[in-house]
Amino acid sequence: MIRLEDLTKRFKTPGADIVAADRVNMEVPTGEICILLGPSGCGKTTALKMINRLIPPTSGKIYIDGQDTSQLDDIQLRRNIGYVIQQIGLFPNMTVEENICVVPRLLNWDIRKARQRAADLLDLVGLDPRQFLRRYPKELSGGQQQRVGVIRALAADPPVMLMDEPFGAIDPINREIIQDEFLKMQAELKKTIMFVSHDIDEAVKMGDKIAIFRAGRIEQYDTPDMILAHPANAFVADFVGADRTLKRLRLVTAEEVASTEVPVTARSTKVSDALHQLTVAKARRAVVIDSDRRPVGFVTAEEMAGASGAVRDFAHPLPATVPVRADLRAVVSEMFAHDTMWLACTDDHGRFAGVITQPDVTAALRATYGPDKGAGQEQGAS
Amino acid sequence: MEIIGFIANNWPVILRLAGEHISIVAVAVGLAILTGVPIGIAITQNRRVADGVLYVASIIVTIPSIALFGLMIPILSKIGQGIGWLPAVIAILLYSQLPIVRNTYTAITNVDPALREAATGMGMTPFQRLTRLEIPIAIPVIMAGVRTAVVMNIGVAAIAAYIGAGGLGVLIARGISQTDPRQLVTGALAVSLLAIVADWALLQLQKRLTPAGLKR
Repeated sequence: MIRLEDLTKRFKTPGADIVAADRVNMEVPTGEICILLGPSGCGKTTALKMINRLIPPTSGKIYIDGQDTSQLDDIQLRRNIGYVIQQIGLFPNMTVEENICVVPRLLNWDIRKARQRAADLLDLVGLDPRQFLRRYPKELSGGQQQRVGVIRALAADPPVMLMDEPFGAIDPINREIIQDEFLKMQAELKKTIMFVSHDIDEAVKMGDKIAIFRAGRIEQYDTPDMILAHPANAFVADFVGADRTLKRLRLVTAEEVASTEVPVTARSTKVSDALHQLTVAKARRAVVIDSDRRPVGFVTAEEMAGASGAVRDFAHPLPATVPVRADLRAVVSEMFAHDTMWLACTDDHGRFAGVITQPDVTAALRATYGPDKGAGQEQGAS
Repeated sequence: MEIIGFIANNWPVILRLAGEHISIVAVAVGLAILTGVPIGIAITQNRRVADGVLYVASIIVTIPSIALFGLMIPILSKIGQGIGWLPAVIAILLYSQLPIVRNTYTAITNVDPALREAATGMGMTPFQRLTRLEIPIAIPVIMAGVRTAVVMNIGVAAIAAYIGAGGLGVLIARGISQTDPRQLVTGALAVSLLAIVADWALLQLQKRLTPAGLKR
């Protein structure tokens, strides 16, 4: 847990004093990622760097797991906090192994234990230790360097990590991949993380909570969904963007919205049986699945009405399917691309996992707003 | 042909003088590394001190070597060393400060601030940061300064023959005073060759000392 209490930083300049952080109060529970978000010069990086005292606070307290960090000396404090910067900062004169072992060696770990740790961590991010331990940073791609930068910060297994725009210098495609990898890693490691970003999309994706900064103050500190659904003021609303409702689509997966109570039928089923099934389920269409339960098409009640034969004679192919783990933004994108009101979802093995409709999606977005929280205005937009 | 004959007949003398020459430059530049590198590192802490030190070092280089030798004669005479090996070493020690101090200072201050921030943020002390990060990265540039000092001062050491320091300058001085082109050309050739060989040897050393991760 990280707790900031009235944390303040004033810089003296010839003209006037600049307040970079103004009585910042916040608490990040153990195992959560908190994103410090805001435009440049808003004080988010200052707040972050006060935690490992790269910038000494003017006043206020910082507690890590209940301990007042002002009692610790700078060097000890920093060795127990993982630190990742945007420029990565791998030491060019050291191999990947030596880079990862820096903090363990500073903490006087046994060299063999430190090396083993380096190899394990490389494995964790999918870099083959035999291939990468002896390489130098310049021999790695940008994405590989950033992975090593992250595991270097994890090397001594610190409970707390500070990340200053860690994925800011990576191209968009690799950034998505590394973000996903990092979230997967975090699900196991459960570090308490402060993460500076200026990218609302990254914040929404990575953060358990988001703190929005302006001029050294926190404007709002809440979950991504609450910030997108209920911005505290005009500044926050403006910062998260006019399309904030669409951004919320990323917070929900298809699984949470898809309806699984959809009639399914096989190609060989008799039309009369299928129609009976639809009547009982009070549904207008059924999804056709193959013997492995993979969705292969659909039939509608209208087209089969009064006909005889098998389902396969009336089946239409599915325009597309979406993985049930996809977020709603991907789902909506597929719907728009295929001009369809609904899509079948598949699980990890390609088996049918439910159906998701456009009304399901809008209903999911509406749910957070509730009856007394400006729902009418939002409905109008959706 | 005359010159080749002269060289062939005077091998032992030429080698002895070259040995003297090398000893003057090696001792002086060696001491200059021991003083100049720490000075170059120390002045990175304060911009104004750095400007002052580099200014003084630049002025020293503008003093003609003959004048510097002349200045030292009355001072060093007090310990009976007004001429000879010692003033030559001191002059070269002073001339070497500029390239070595300046290159050290530039190399350390040019270390990427992000690396410094990462090192500090990970919990290195300033001394650990210096020895594990900044000096290894600065080595190629510091060595370039040493090479400059050596090449420059092989020339200065030749002039030190006039204050009785010995070295290959003796051949040149004699060549001039005896109007003997054989000695003059031999001395000049030997000094040039020494400079070229020393520069090449130091370049090899520089490559050896450069961390593998920094090599191109």
